[in-house]
Order: sequence, then structure tokens, then C-alpha cells
Amino acid sequence: MHEAPFQIFVNAFLANNFVLAMFLGLCPFLGVSGRLDTAFPMGVATTFVMLVASVCAYGLNLLLGALHLEFLRLISYIVIIASAVQLVEMVMKKYSPSLFRALGIFLPLITTNCAVLGVALFQTARDYDFVQSLTFSLGAGAGFTLALVLMASVRQRLQLSNVVGLAEGTALSLMLAGILSLSFMGFAGLGG
Amino acid sequence: MTETTTNRWDEFMEGIWKQNPIFVMTLGMCPTLAVTVSAVNALSMGLATTFVLMASCALVSMMRNIVPKEVRIATYIVIIATFVTSVDYLIQAISLRLYDALGAFIQLIVVNCIILGRAEAHASKNPLLPAVTNALGMGVGFTIGLLSLGTVREILGSGTLFGVPLFGEHFQPWVIMVLPPGGFFVLGAWLLLFAWRARRAQRKLAEATHHA
Amino acid sequence: MSEQTMPAAQTPTVAMIRTLGLVAAICGLIIVGAYEGTYDAVTANKKLAIERSVYQVVPEAKSVVEYHALPGGDVVPAGDAKTPDGAIRFFAGYDADGKLVGVAAEAGAKGYADTVRIMFGYRPDCQCINGISVVSMRETPGVGDKIRSDKKFLANFDKLDVRLKDDMSALAHDVVTVKHGTKTDPWQIDAISGATITSRAVGRGIDAAAQALLPKLVPNLNKLASKS
Repeated sequence: MHEAPFQIFVNAFLANNFVLAMFLGLCPFLGVSGRLDTAFPMGVATTFVMLVASVCAYGLNLLLGALHLEFLRLISYIVIIASAVQLVEMVMKKYSPSLFRALGIFLPLITTNCAVLGVALFQTARDYDFVQSLTFSLGAGAGFTLALVLMASVRQRLQLSNVVGLAEGTALSLMLAGILSLSFMGFAGLGG
Repeated sequence: MTETTTNRWDEFMEGIWKQNPIFVMTLGMCPTLAVTVSAVNALSMGLATTFVLMASCALVSMMRNIVPKEVRIATYIVIIATFVTSVDYLIQAISLRLYDALGAFIQLIVVNCIILGRAEAHASKNPLLPAVTNALGMGVGFTIGLLSLGTVREILGSGTLFGVPLFGEHFQPWVIMVLPPGGFFVLGAWLLLFAWRARRAQRKLAEATHHA
Repeated sequence: MSEQTMPAAQTPTVAMIRTLGLVAAICGLIIVGAYEGTYDAVTANKKLAIERSVYQVVPEAKSVVEYHALPGGDVVPAGDAKTPDGAIRFFAGYDADGKLVGVAAEAGAKGYADTVRIMFGYRPDCQCINGISVVSMRETPGVGDKIRSDKKFLANFDKLDVRLKDDMSALAHDVVTVKHGTKTDPWQIDAISGATITSRAVGRGIDAAAQALLPKLVPNLNKLASKS
């Protein structure tokens, strides 16, 4: 595919937003987006893991291809992602322990975030080269963070309004997500 | 004997109603919304996930006494990834069309929180048969959830069910149903329905105890 | 059933390595078993899918031979080999007498949701594309997926002009998708009204594929003229 890096970024960020259009990264999206001050750092941490995963996946793919071991691709990707998450956890614990505690269980759960593995799998399927892969993962991470932040802002506002008791909780988040997703459809075609 | 039989059935049913992975535990959201564009896709995804769930839980249960607790999560992930890779090839061998329709979400089964959750919470602590029964129940519950979304979205969004056209030529499909927003809305609607039923049951119970 | 109580002490490294090794061995066996067991079926399926699209765009063909257009400019039969780096594969269709009737090649470009992959049929005698077949797409049902069924859109490809420049280095005119109802030249594709993005993807894919393949294919047509 001869897509320009900028196109790939804008695409993953807006038009084909990883969360709202491609349904990746929904568990943290519905779980962590309650508060703005945890949503944004979560997004940044996930973006970092995506970048590491993307670079490693690119290298791994070349290696496995050369050795004709393509069937080990999935296992090696997931192991790399688990290791990257461990790394992020250790760094965060050392440099920002309050944030580490605030994010709690959701930090190691980045390992099972479909968005991170999704980045690795999609870039392999679409045969992106190194620069394209980097911009793709950046765009995906930025899109994920954007969706998370948008959701958190709206939900924080809603805490102070009268919501029908029946709809509280996940049902409301899903309806919100649906409306967000609908509005993001307006970005279709952006970036060529 | 009756005790063990009841337990076996309970274990199976747990995953279908009380702890339904989609509607109660809100796990495995990603494939739930992504592949439920049609009933066939939903069913295939459910079957594939159930297979991986059962096989992984079986292996985890068989190895539960020798896996050191420090590396257990890594071990579970490798086991799950193994079976997902196998299912991936199996689906390619069965039908390329189906494989294309499900796309990357087959490989994404490996990060479906349901499987890792079950392995950690149940299979690692129980012998083979209960572990597999519970896994089967969870898988069936997941498949039922997927189907309930898939059928609604396919009927409203394409006017067909399992590929069979239901309405006449003049049916205007509600296309948004097979697009991402539709997925969110339909799942939200189902959750609202369940919440409403739970609320009604609670109210009836409260009335009954009042009158008593 | 009394469960063995695990000692509270740390598991010795040897035990960990031994278990991990065991797990790796078991999993390795399962994966390799699944891969080998399904290999034949998967390859057969893929071949079937390709052949189906080729016969759709080159209907007079009775047999198909896969070729690779190498970066150096040569064209060789593929045999069972995988496509080498930088080479483009295409499929030559022969009639019952072994004469070349058309060439099928793949094209792909990003559409609305994901990549739209098509197979197009090229006729050397008219230097045109005279048919496309959608191999895979994830476009919006009822909107983008009309590229499969919309008769007016498919009519674009009855005689899509892809002749080369005199020096055979590139297409004489780029294939381009134009707004619905504004087609004036035979190398343009009239988009489907309301499905511009998907229509444009088809145009971009064909243009890219034709620009890459045809300058290598046309000078070597004599090599393909009869089934080897």
C-alpha cells in the first residue's frame, strides 16, 4: 500500500478511530473513562506500549519471515506486549507512584487491550513499512486517548445531571459511545 | 451423586445467565461489537472463542499443579495464544470467506479478557471436568450474547437473517445498525432491557414482602 | 479430594525453567500440528479463491498460468514459488487452443473501512481493462458494497483505457475516478453517487497496479502468447 504517513496518522486518529470505528480497546474505554485525570495518563501509557509493540512487531515479523516461522507470530507479539507493559509498570512505579496507584489494575490490563495487539496485527496485515508502522501506532494511540478523554469529559459532566436510573452505568456509556461513534463518522474520507 | 450432578449443571449454567460474560461481566467487548454485523459471523466467533476457552482451560487445569505462580499469567497467555493460532488456521482451512469476514478478530481472541479471566479464576484451581464444564458454559453464554446482538443488527441493518432475506424488496435497511454506532446502541439497548427486567423483579419482590 | 498445599517459599528457578520448557514444548507441538494439518486445505482454498476471480474477469479462459513480473523487466512462469520481493504476480488466461486471451492481476487500495482488493482483467489486443471482480472488501453494506453490483459502475470497466505511452514507460493517461456523471474519457471511472470513497479506492488501486505491471507486461507479451 502506498499510503503517506500523514494519511495513515489522520486515518487512525479520526476517520477510522481505533475505539469508535474499529472497536478496539473497549474494555479500558468503558472502564477507565470515568474520570478525566485518569483517562489521559491511561491513554498516554497505552500509546507508549503501542509504539513499543509496533516497533518490535515490525522487527519480529521480518525475523519470523526470514526463518519461515510465521505461525509463531501471534505468540511472539503477545509476549512482547506483555514485556512492554511490565516495563511501563516499572518505570511508572519509580517516577510517578501516585499515578501508578490511581491506575491500579488497569495498567497491567493494557496487555489484554485489543488495541495494542490490534496495532501489531493490522500493520502486519497491511504490509506497512517501518515509518508507516510508526505513524500508524502513533495515530492509533492518539485516537484511543482522544476517545478516552472525550468519553471521560462527558461522563464527568453527566455525574451532575439527572440520568434515568435505569440507564446508569454501562448502558449509558454505550449510548454515549454510540453517539460519539456516529459523530466520528463525519470524518470519513479525511486524509485521503 | 446428586450433589455433584447439580454442581456440574450449575457450573455450566453460571456462564449463561448469572455470570454472562457480555451482559453481566461486560468482558470481551471488542469482538462483541465488531463481528456481530451478521448472525453467521456472530455464531462463528462464538464457536471459535468457545473452542479456545475450553481447550485453554483444559490444558491450564491439567497443568495447574506444576505451573509456578510467578509465571502463571505468562504461561496462560502462551497456552491461549497457541490455541488461537490453531483456530486461526482451522478457520482458514474451512472457509476463506468466513476468515475474511472475521478478519483480525480471530487472532484478537487471545486478548479476550474472558479466557484469561476464566483460566486465572477457575481453571487454575479446579480439576479437569469442572474447569471444562464451566468454560463450556461461559462459551455458550458468550455465543448467546453475540447471537442476540448479531441477529438484531442483521435483521434491522440488512433485512436478512443468516443470509436469508426476511422482508420484501421495499424494505429500507437501517444501515447504521451494521455500522459501528449501531453496535454500541444495540448492546446498550439490551443492557437497558435487562436492567428494566431486574428493576421490575426487584419491585415485585419488594411489594410481595410489603404485603406479607 | 485433598489439594496439595503449595509451599509458601519461592519456586526454585530450575523448576520454573523446567515448567516453562514443558509448556513451550507442548504448545509448540500443538501449533506445528495445527499448521501442518491445515496447510493443504488452506493452500487449496487460497488457490480456489484466486482462480475463481481470474475466471470471472477472463471468462473465455479455459486454463490459468501464474507468472511473476520481475523488477528487472523479465517475465517468468511462477510455478509453485512465492512472489519474490519487488515482483508482481499476474495470471495469464489461455483458451482451449493454448492461445492467450487475457491477463488477470490484483489491485488494492484503502477504501472507507479497510483495503478493497479487486482482480481486473486486461486485454492485450485493445490495451484495455474489460472487467473487475471484488476479491475482498469491508465497505458499508448498501453504500460502498454497490461496487459489486451497480451495473453502471461495472460498465466503466467494459473498456477502461490503459494503453501505454509510446516509450512503454507508463500509462498514457492515469486511471482516475471522477464525480458521478462527469466521465468524459475512456480512462476515467464514473464514481457511484454517494459511494465516492469506495469508488475512488477502486480507481486508485487499478491505477497503481496498472502503472506498476503494464510497462513490464506489454513488452513481454510475446513470451505469454502461447501456453508454455
